Amino acid sequence: MKEEFNIISNLIEKNTRVLDVGCGNGDLMKFLQENKTKDIRGLEISKEKVQNCLSKGLTVIEGNAESDLKQFPKSSFDYVILSQTLQAFLNPELVINELLKVGKKVIVTIPNFGYWRVRLQLLFKGTMPVTENLPHEWYNTPNLHMCTIKDFYNFCSSKNIKIFKSIALKKSRISEINKSNLNYKNLDSHLGIFLIES
Amino acid sequence: MNKNIDTKKIIISNPLKLDCGKEINNFPIAYETYGELNSEKSNAILVFHALTGDQYVSGKNPITNKDGWWSYVVGENKPIDTNKFFVICANVIGGCMGSYGPSTINESTGKQIGTDFPIITINDMVNAQYELIKYLEIEKLFAVVGGSMGGMQVLQFVANFPDKAKLAIPIACTSSHSAQNIAFNELGRQAIMADSKWENGFYNNYKLNPDKGLAVARMAAHITYLSEKGLQEKFGRKLQDRDSLRYGFEADFQIESYLRYQGSVFVDRFDANSYLYITRAMDYFDLSKQYKGNLSNAFKETKTKFFVISFTSDWLYPTSENREIVIALNSIGADVGFVEIESDKGHDSFLLDVPSFLKTLGDYINSTYKVINERRI
Repeated sequence: MKEEFNIISNLIEKNTRVLDVGCGNGDLMKFLQENKTKDIRGLEISKEKVQNCLSKGLTVIEGNAESDLKQFPKSSFDYVILSQTLQAFLNPELVINELLKVGKKVIVTIPNFGYWRVRLQLLFKGTMPVTENLPHEWYNTPNLHMCTIKDFYNFCSSKNIKIFKSIALKKSRISEINKSNLNYKNLDSHLGIFLIES
Repeated sequence: MNKNIDTKKIIISNPLKLDCGKEINNFPIAYETYGELNSEKSNAILVFHALTGDQYVSGKNPITNKDGWWSYVVGENKPIDTNKFFVICANVIGGCMGSYGPSTINESTGKQIGTDFPIITINDMVNAQYELIKYLEIEKLFAVVGGSMGGMQVLQFVANFPDKAKLAIPIACTSSHSAQNIAFNELGRQAIMADSKWENGFYNNYKLNPDKGLAVARMAAHITYLSEKGLQEKFGRKLQDRDSLRYGFEADFQIESYLRYQGSVFVDRFDANSYLYITRAMDYFDLSKQYKGNLSNAFKETKTKFFVISFTSDWLYPTSENREIVIALNSIGADVGFVEIESDKGHDSFLLDVPSFLKTLGDYINSTYKVINERRI
């Protein structure tokens, strides 16, 4: 978690306007507030988590990214962050499009379904993978649209979405993803972090 | 009504031009304060009351001898902690607790003004209360807070005075009274005006009081403050002090007895004409219309931080209407937080012991106060 926060924080310029979509209990917001910018908002669907955020004095709105991102004006944030939530939406493509409208730049992080540990579970055990990063069983997972680093990379190129930076994370090891190492990073990383722009 | 009680009062000498076109001056504003204003004058919170509220937010209300109407929220060690904050609340104009209203005595005639009182609006109420803030010499309030009609005043206050509050918390309210809201208010007004003792609003001249009409108005309104689930759980079909139906029109059911009681205690503390005037002010409230049909324009000039709160079972000012405020603020990039609190206590949730509401509100106010103060240093 801490590594992911650091990477995200390093992608963001100081004193910019940030929106954290699916901000949970506000841990990332708090981290960025202390390190990067005071001007940060959150959007979160769970009442309980929204209340936790507000209790910490964080500006958070209870709402659903799939329906409530529309209310923000175009390019009203310098950065919009979607941390490990894309796979939980009914329509991830629509959400990405909304994010790209609201934010000048968008940071998306995805738990990589192409990670070798995940692949091995399906290959050898024959069951849906359950890992540290993906702790749910198939019947109770909130993750409707799992994807791999390669899937997201290809999605961006097919939709003409510019990738400014793509970073792979394995445990605490950070490396850049590019066209030539894509297959390897897709196998060897548990998390992908993308800085994109429409 | 209760003119014998010694309320804190100031007389506003500046003329105030009302929306109806009339002008008032030398009129009283009754208010109460709690806690101490700090030396930087940075800890003041202005609380706006709802339709039947008054300036007695906390502690004992000297008129009813009951707890102040927002005792769960305001007081020592409460979410709005009076050990820390200086809390101000004024009776709205049109009210009956000492501020200028239809029960004020006209000095030239020695009689109550009655329905010669001008029609007032939420805007007029807020402008009158701003005079009190000036009188208290508070340059900038830390927060303006209120539920229901109090929330409407919060919105109007920020629109009128965009740089006079750092934080605004409108709770369970709307930016524009809906047809359903107007309908219920009209029902209440008709009940009052249908009472033969109303005398076109001059009942006091005849030592009369349209208490039956006012009680019916209160009973009808009270239902709108609760939820169907809350009513069913609390009362169901339980009978009142009897084992079986009496086959008559007495209060067989507990809910009937409860409503009759609510009506009867209300008439002892509230003026029927005030009820007419204040409900009218609420019905006339349409903030977006004041800003050429665009609610966002009302807040364009402000840097005030907003926190909007609604309740799941509030069908009088439902979440959708509170959300419209959030959407309007978001569309101009204003600083706004929003949460819908789970509660089956209906619109009245903001006045009652709803722990998640009290905790969220208190934590938010305290941490925001801390952040804003730290920033200044």
